[in-house]
Amino acid sequence: MSGGGLGWWIVPLAVLGGAIRVSTPFLFVSLGECITEKSGRINLGLEGTLVMGAMSGYAVSYLSGSPWLGVLAAGVVGIGMGLLHGTICSLPRVNDIAVGIALMLFGVGLADYLGKPFIQPAAPQLPSLDFARWSSSPDVQNAFKINELFLIGVVLAPFLVWAFRTTRWGLILRIVGESADAARALGYRVIPVRILATCCGGFLAGVGGSFLSLYYPGAWSERISSGQGITAVALVIFARWNPQLCFCAALLFGGAGALGPSLQAVGVHGGYYLLNAAPYILTLLIMVLTCSPKRTLIGAPAELSITK
Amino acid sequence: MVDEIATATAGAEGAAAAVVTGEPAPRRWRLPAFLGPGAIEAVAVPAGALVLSLLLFGAFVACAGVNPLAVYRYMAQGSVGSWFSLQNTLTRAAPLILTGLCTALPAQAGLMIIGGEGAFVIGGLFAAMAGVAFEDTPAFVALGAMAAAGIAAGGAWVALAGALRHWRGVNETISSLLLNYIAIAILNQLVEGLFRDPRSLNKPSSPSIGYDHMIGTIPGTDIHWGLPVGILVCVAAYVLIRHTTVGFAARVAGGNLRAARMVGLPIGWLVMLTCFLGGAAAGLAGMIEIAAVQERASADIITGYGYAGILVAFLARQNPLAIIPVAVLIGGIGASGGLLQRHLGLPDAATVVLEGIIFVAILASDAVYGRIPWLKTGGARG
Repeated sequence: MSGGGLGWWIVPLAVLGGAIRVSTPFLFVSLGECITEKSGRINLGLEGTLVMGAMSGYAVSYLSGSPWLGVLAAGVVGIGMGLLHGTICSLPRVNDIAVGIALMLFGVGLADYLGKPFIQPAAPQLPSLDFARWSSSPDVQNAFKINELFLIGVVLAPFLVWAFRTTRWGLILRIVGESADAARALGYRVIPVRILATCCGGFLAGVGGSFLSLYYPGAWSERISSGQGITAVALVIFARWNPQLCFCAALLFGGAGALGPSLQAVGVHGGYYLLNAAPYILTLLIMVLTCSPKRTLIGAPAELSITK
Repeated sequence: MVDEIATATAGAEGAAAAVVTGEPAPRRWRLPAFLGPGAIEAVAVPAGALVLSLLLFGAFVACAGVNPLAVYRYMAQGSVGSWFSLQNTLTRAAPLILTGLCTALPAQAGLMIIGGEGAFVIGGLFAAMAGVAFEDTPAFVALGAMAAAGIAAGGAWVALAGALRHWRGVNETISSLLLNYIAIAILNQLVEGLFRDPRSLNKPSSPSIGYDHMIGTIPGTDIHWGLPVGILVCVAAYVLIRHTTVGFAARVAGGNLRAARMVGLPIGWLVMLTCFLGGAAAGLAGMIEIAAVQERASADIITGYGYAGILVAFLARQNPLAIIPVAVLIGGIGASGGLLQRHLGLPDAATVVLEGIIFVAILASDAVYGRIPWLKTGGARG
């Protein structure tokens, strides 16, 4: 990006465009985690799922030539990781947070191992839609190139709000997350619901991962995700388990992540690494400001281990 | 951890029941604590999980067309097969012992901290700063200052996660992981900016702490003094946790928060203390990495020892003494990576995959405690 005639206006524009680009993986992981946590389990392994999704999406896109097939494959791999987490956590006395940590390390290691042959070749990328044909400025056009996955995410968030509130499935999910005993009394089987919810979460996290390798930054490498998965898990807490708020929070985090590169584009080089860490610092600050030791968080599923 | 407290209470109840029912009095001599009830199970279950993980890993590499038996042979050769590889294993074990404590000590107070990597990095960074500042002093002064800086910085880093947990209710697992990324950002920022040695052209790094101020190796070996230091710290941590009032109070807070509140324990300070000590151990590991291996701070101190330390702590069931052999085991797996890469063409991430499998298997094995009849000789567990 060059400064062009826009001068310093490029910064807010690039942050906006970057927010849309960078926020997509946050959005998908947080929506997925939202489903999982509504069932009363927390999956910290989504960081590993994200990286596995990025690797498998890229590999399948390269081998088949179709990026959308890659997205699907990433989702399927995510289901696999979710199934692993859900099943192990269903064993008696197994702690879901610890299993999440283990799967985070396992997923990252496995993606490194299997993804080694795919570091060099270039895989077909996901297409994007131009929303700024009206503008002649390449910067504006660049900022409004929006990926279809982001649009899917935009629709998915209100859909989930509606599904949680009004559908039978959403109700069952919420009962299981609020009180396992009540769910059992009503004749619902708690463990299969939780495993299914973890699989759904894994699917969305895998899709979010494929966005990383197939659109932005747009190549598979070992360090493709540095904590986006875990930041997204924290984001769900901040968004109070509301998918619509997850969407807003994801945009905010995306904007924070885009701040560093866009300032660099206009020639501000100081504090480059610290600016890149802005999403983590922001997450921590928001958690400090919004959490409280004295009361349970509003909207928290009662069965969730982190809020007990 | 919770189940250990439960075991302790169950054991006490059992003893009380024995007195009431008039069963024969227990033998007068007692087994040491680490051979107490459930000891057989406490060794057999993780060992079983380890064997299962090795089999799964064998199946995994077999899918990639590599002979699993060759993998096991090279792993044995690369970890303990020669004096050279044994030294490599022990050198890798030294930082793992200390980063393992970073998860195990807060776990006594019921916290699940995974911030060892951040404490390691920040400890190393501050130790390097102290080393540069004390460049003109005698070696023991400089090393003392470095150790103090590393311990204080690493301890404060993890204590921050503990404080946020206690006073703000912020989940410590997530915050400590976020602190890892922030620590790495601070390191990169400083070694590329304020704290950069202008002579480091290709790879930004800090000035050297001075070769004369580095920690040497144990005479006759290539193993640096970090290993004995780590073992001493582990023994001290064990004594603190098992044989002092403070340690007992921390375990009560970790086992039953409500009971700890009822008896008026200072929970916030116990949480802060265990977090500080855990972080201090990881910070000390970072200092040793600078003083014994790297000589200067750079992106090279982002080693992954902090993450492997989480595995060490869980595999040792958060017991500081058990951390020592487990760290040697995990160090051995890491040491064998080079041979697997050279002779079998496996990617360097192969050892990380194995560690991941072990981690998952160990956690899943929590489910079988107390369910295998022939292991219950020492007393019921959990």
